[in-house]
Amino acid sequence: MCLTNHFWDYFVPGIANGFLYALIALGYTLVYGVLQLINFAHSEVFMSGGFGGLFVINWAIADRHPHGLSSVWFVLIGIIAGAVTGGVVAFVLERVAYRPLRRRHAPKLAFLISAIGMSYFLYNLAGKEFGRDARTMKPPFTVTPSKPLFTIFGASVNLYDAVIALSAIIMLVLLDRLVQNTRLGQGIRAVAQDADTAALMGVNIDRVISQTFVIGGLLGGAAGFLFGLGTAGVSYTMGFTPGLKAFTAAVLGGIGNIRGAMLGGLLLGVVENLASSCFGASWVDVVAFYILVLVLLVRPMGLLGERLGRSA
Amino acid sequence: MAADADVLLDVDAVTLRFGGVTSLADVSIRQRRGELLAVIGPNGAGKTSLFNAITGVYHPQSGDIRFHPFGGKPVSLIGRKVHEVTKLGIARTFQNIRLFAALTVFENVKIGVEARQRTGPISAMLQLPRRRREEREGDQLAVELLEFVGLRDRANDLAASLPYGAQRRLEIARALGTRPQLLLLDEPAAGTNPVEKQELETLIRHINTEMGLSILLIEHDMRLVMSLAERVVVLNFGKVIAQGTPAEVQNDPAVIEAYLGTRAARAAEGGPS
Amino acid sequence: MTRRDLRSVLMGVRARQLGTAVLGALVVDVMTGPSGSLTAPTRGLTGSLLSIRAVIFVALGVALWAFLTFRDRLATYTSRWTAAIAPSRLVADRRYRRAGYAALLAAAIAVPPYLSQYWQEVAVDQIGVYVLLALGLNVVVGFAGLLDLGYIAFYAIGAYSCAYWTGSLPIRPPHVFNPFVTIIFAVIAAMIAGVVLGFPTLRLRGDYLAIVTLGFGEIITIYANNLQSVTGGAQGPPKPIPHFSINLLGIHYQWKISNLPYYYLLLAFVVLILVLFHNLENSRVGRAWTAIREDEVAAAASGINTFRYKLLAFAIGASTSGFAGVLFASKIQVITPLSFVLQQSILVLVLVIFGGMGSLAGAVVGAAVIQWLPNALKTYVDKADLFMYLGAVLVVMMIYRPQGIIPSRRRSRELAMAEAGLVEADALTTASKEV
Repeated sequence: MCLTNHFWDYFVPGIANGFLYALIALGYTLVYGVLQLINFAHSEVFMSGGFGGLFVINWAIADRHPHGLSSVWFVLIGIIAGAVTGGVVAFVLERVAYRPLRRRHAPKLAFLISAIGMSYFLYNLAGKEFGRDARTMKPPFTVTPSKPLFTIFGASVNLYDAVIALSAIIMLVLLDRLVQNTRLGQGIRAVAQDADTAALMGVNIDRVISQTFVIGGLLGGAAGFLFGLGTAGVSYTMGFTPGLKAFTAAVLGGIGNIRGAMLGGLLLGVVENLASSCFGASWVDVVAFYILVLVLLVRPMGLLGERLGRSA
Repeated sequence: MAADADVLLDVDAVTLRFGGVTSLADVSIRQRRGELLAVIGPNGAGKTSLFNAITGVYHPQSGDIRFHPFGGKPVSLIGRKVHEVTKLGIARTFQNIRLFAALTVFENVKIGVEARQRTGPISAMLQLPRRRREEREGDQLAVELLEFVGLRDRANDLAASLPYGAQRRLEIARALGTRPQLLLLDEPAAGTNPVEKQELETLIRHINTEMGLSILLIEHDMRLVMSLAERVVVLNFGKVIAQGTPAEVQNDPAVIEAYLGTRAARAAEGGPS
Repeated sequence: MTRRDLRSVLMGVRARQLGTAVLGALVVDVMTGPSGSLTAPTRGLTGSLLSIRAVIFVALGVALWAFLTFRDRLATYTSRWTAAIAPSRLVADRRYRRAGYAALLAAAIAVPPYLSQYWQEVAVDQIGVYVLLALGLNVVVGFAGLLDLGYIAFYAIGAYSCAYWTGSLPIRPPHVFNPFVTIIFAVIAAMIAGVVLGFPTLRLRGDYLAIVTLGFGEIITIYANNLQSVTGGAQGPPKPIPHFSINLLGIHYQWKISNLPYYYLLLAFVVLILVLFHNLENSRVGRAWTAIREDEVAAAASGINTFRYKLLAFAIGASTSGFAGVLFASKIQVITPLSFVLQQSILVLVLVIFGGMGSLAGAVVGAAVIQWLPNALKTYVDKADLFMYLGAVLVVMMIYRPQGIIPSRRRSRELAMAEAGLVEADALTTASKEV
């Protein structure tokens, strides 16, 4: 029976997935917070982070067989490479697909269309440039990926899940501090609450929006690398499904709400994994969709409410 | 106070809050059928909030708003959607004119007129007889209304191309197109020049007397209010501080204080106007 | 501002535009350049950026910039020439417009028999069916100002409904019908799906519709793949779907695999839908959509049930898509979930955007051009790159010509006025906006 047997066996890997969703969801939620727009191209920011991380780590590892402390360094290098790529792509994305439209006060519809166009452009460009077959990532560890590291409630946790979860937690905490305690975070919150007033108070809206995209891009890009690490591969189409799910996570937690995105990501990861124990793995991608529709029906403002954004 | 049978709109102890800000506090107003009632008060007194509460844009936390349509049973407006309120027979204009700027003057009025039509997508697509008939009737009424507000010769111009005062009149024509029993006018004279103001005054009086519509008027221009209104309700900080004939209200000490003290009060006030 | 200030500002603007032109040229260079591969991931980039190609493209970019910048000075020399070919003034006149449409229709009737088999097939499978699809999506995007990214899902619903009612699926219908009759069932099924999907979503915000439909478009193929016993799974329905046939009042006609009969059937349907949607656009319903696009609050205050009209547009779009699905299924006979992948939705969106949001002629021309071009260029351009180009088309159109190549007059007015903050030009904001 589903949910009873092996509950924790499904629960624990769900957490690792959930952390990835949370990282991506933050990109959606941050941009939604300041612009009230769904950034459809964010999934490609994630994808490009995967490629950036993969190229750098494959080049850095070369023929070595990392273990111990050097493994940590390689993971760190990969995360940074993924994050930087994601940040750069997000920056360019904002400049090309958003800023010209903002200058013209284009209707919201135009933004959505240009973002979806950018998404298709970027992922197919990646396919053209880097090949349309999945590219394998050299493992930064010598252990086999599925080998259990330790157990919680009888469920084994493998090294990859642990690395993903740990890295994600560190980044999430950093982001939370950043938004709560820094000038930059203050700017983001001000623009999210009321862009016009923020502009009158001397906040440089253009810069804040750009920075918001970059921060979302850093997290999304890092998530792209971690995703590649977990699945040992990266491909040009890898962004779509996690992107859709991460958006669901953001809505679930309350779009525009940073902690909501984290909670939503974790929850979605776990629920999805548990559901796959009930309905089988081929239905796993359907779960997120039903959750999205259910949330919209029952609690459209999300679990934690839309705190950062306007209460539209 | 009017006898029950004469009541058209009955705002009964309405309270409306936004977070910590109370924009309407226990407001009660009764409007008689056919009456031209003005609501005045300093900025932020809650006048537009009152309109929004009546028309279903905002939902008051407590109290009731009852509308007594002609020949029908009284209905509560609380919890109704904006378009439902319009269909019940209450039309409005906006403080910051909201026309369909990229449509023609004629089309703007036509959209209002079509509120009461029934042509659905099927008969529209198939050009069924009903559609042709309604289309003809709608055109006719729209032209009449444009004639009434003096915009017939501008019918094919874009709404955005009209001068300010004409835009105000067009907005009124669009509202009249929905065939209301009660017309809510939110600062119709704001931003108009003296000539346009004179035209508006005449127009509003005609709507009230010739068409027999009840009008609820928000206006800052005291001369206009005093000349048009039968009765005046004064709001301040979301509360009714006085009501009566223009002359009574003018001499009410609370009103004088509210207006003279406005400058001091303005610093303390908040919330949408 | 002094003359000198003005000049330096102008210089700054021109420098920016030159930069954009150069960068754009390099992007086009990479797009059209060699591809990388698994073993040589940098070959594409080095092959296009570190070669003579880059110089040529940059030179072209600069030339284009120079042309656009100094066009005004050239204008005096060329005005006579452009006036002779510029169609816009002719199109503006209603009589010429009518004549133009009549000529186009005549060409659409007369030309196809002289085309090769290949182009006839393109005209049916790729242009005809997609013109129908584009017309339906145009109602959603162009008329109502909403975004539907899972539009092809309704096409799938239409195709599978047709398969079911013609007895081609593993599950049997109570009665087997001719594909003509299944149109009714398919349209109803697609409409119901549209309403079920739109109902929870459209109450909230328009932009959520985009992502919900995106998700729906994705899961519909998962369903088609996974429900083996219902849909036939990845291989599609086990029995081929029959062709259309007429057996009425002594007339017997059977559409076969050949393209021309299907072409004329499609043409007839397209003309019918054009007439219906044209009537709709100029009716109470069409005006209500315009009102909602321009100012949702004022629309509601004018008695328009904004939610109902949005849902109506979405349902009409879905039904049209379902209708197109029947034609497609019956023409091609063998369908698989692969025919309904999500990127087909994006393709239809490109057709509508390129042609012109809200413009019926635009939807037709957009579909014809965008579907014809890849076939015309297939020896020069890798088909796998198609969606890279289509994505770029969307972005470029949104930046430089959001009204499309054959704009609807209302729509382009709105987009221009939206820049001045006069209207909203879409239906994605909430009704509970501050008044």
